Amino acid sequence: MSFINYASREINCKIVYYGPGLCGKTTNLQFVYQKTAPDAKGKMISLATETERTLFFDFLPLALGEIRGFKTRFHLYTVPGQVFYDASRKLILKGVDGVVFVADSQEVRLDANIESLENLKDNLEEQGYQLEKLPFVIQYNKQDLPNCTPIEELRELLNPDGVTEFTACAQTGEGVFETLKAVAKLILLELKKGGAAG
Amino acid sequence: MLEPQNNSFVMYDEEFQRISVVIEKLLRESNSKVIFLVDKNGQLIANCGETEHLDTTSLASLTAGNIAATGGLAKLIGEKEFSILFHEGEKDNIHISIIAQRVILVVIFDHRSSLGLVRLRVKKASDELAGIFEDLAVKAAEMEKTGNVDSPFAEITDDDIDNLFS
Repeated sequence: MSFINYASREINCKIVYYGPGLCGKTTNLQFVYQKTAPDAKGKMISLATETERTLFFDFLPLALGEIRGFKTRFHLYTVPGQVFYDASRKLILKGVDGVVFVADSQEVRLDANIESLENLKDNLEEQGYQLEKLPFVIQYNKQDLPNCTPIEELRELLNPDGVTEFTACAQTGEGVFETLKAVAKLILLELKKGGAAG
Repeated sequence: MLEPQNNSFVMYDEEFQRISVVIEKLLRESNSKVIFLVDKNGQLIANCGETEHLDTTSLASLTAGNIAATGGLAKLIGEKEFSILFHEGEKDNIHISIIAQRVILVVIFDHRSSLGLVRLRVKKASDELAGIFEDLAVKAAEMEKTGNVDSPFAEITDDDIDNLFS
């Protein structure tokens, strides 16, 4: 749920990065953080364990600039990917405006991707959302690794609806901003639709 | 206005002014340092007091995460929510309460005030704030019903969006 503030002329939207454990959600945010001008970003917060596994969430506020006199801000969140943190994942999806599903392209993680995507759908439905109606993009991460599932197969299993998709290597940043831009754009178009319908 | 999917939470000038008056009064009467109001999704709605050295965006996000986690705990033991949280520090303390099950009121105070005083003043301010948010909800619903949603985004173009990323 976006927050439109006429008093401060700001609009805030929430983007959640979802995906199985160790797929690179936090790495996506870290790259965005590193490559964004200081005046456009806030502090990145990571609530992680001692071994740098996400415990609750990562948070990165971004200010993109103005549209029609309104400051546009995006709040980027990641969920903890490990299966047993499901209760936390549900909480983070509250009020989401757009979702990025980060898939781990390695063959050994194929089942984990499918399970995580199903989990995303279940958790969204529990809150009254439908993934098909949300701004949603998929990122096939870790394309630099040798043992990847072919894109066609990933697409067939994870993206039967043909939503916007990107190949990526979050470590080097390849595909990271493309993914973010795509989901941000979908969110703004959704806002436009909402505004026009009113 | 409060339900998914994809409805926006809207704040208008008039209500924002009314909210500001209430939280500034609360700041004075409770002798506290900082007050801020956060949407349950982590969006900062308003703040006042000594905020210059505070990262209010992060505070808002973490507060919402905190409330969400505590709310999850509450449900697990069969409670609807824990409406008040209190964190005690060496110098500063944080009092967090939920208003009208939707908005989070955060009061940061030090030795110049006390938990009792803060609780007392927060209770009074909460009622006033709840009224304002109720008005806001009614207003937003009316706007939507009459089709009078003056969205600044109705007329954005693809170029506007692309320019954001240039």
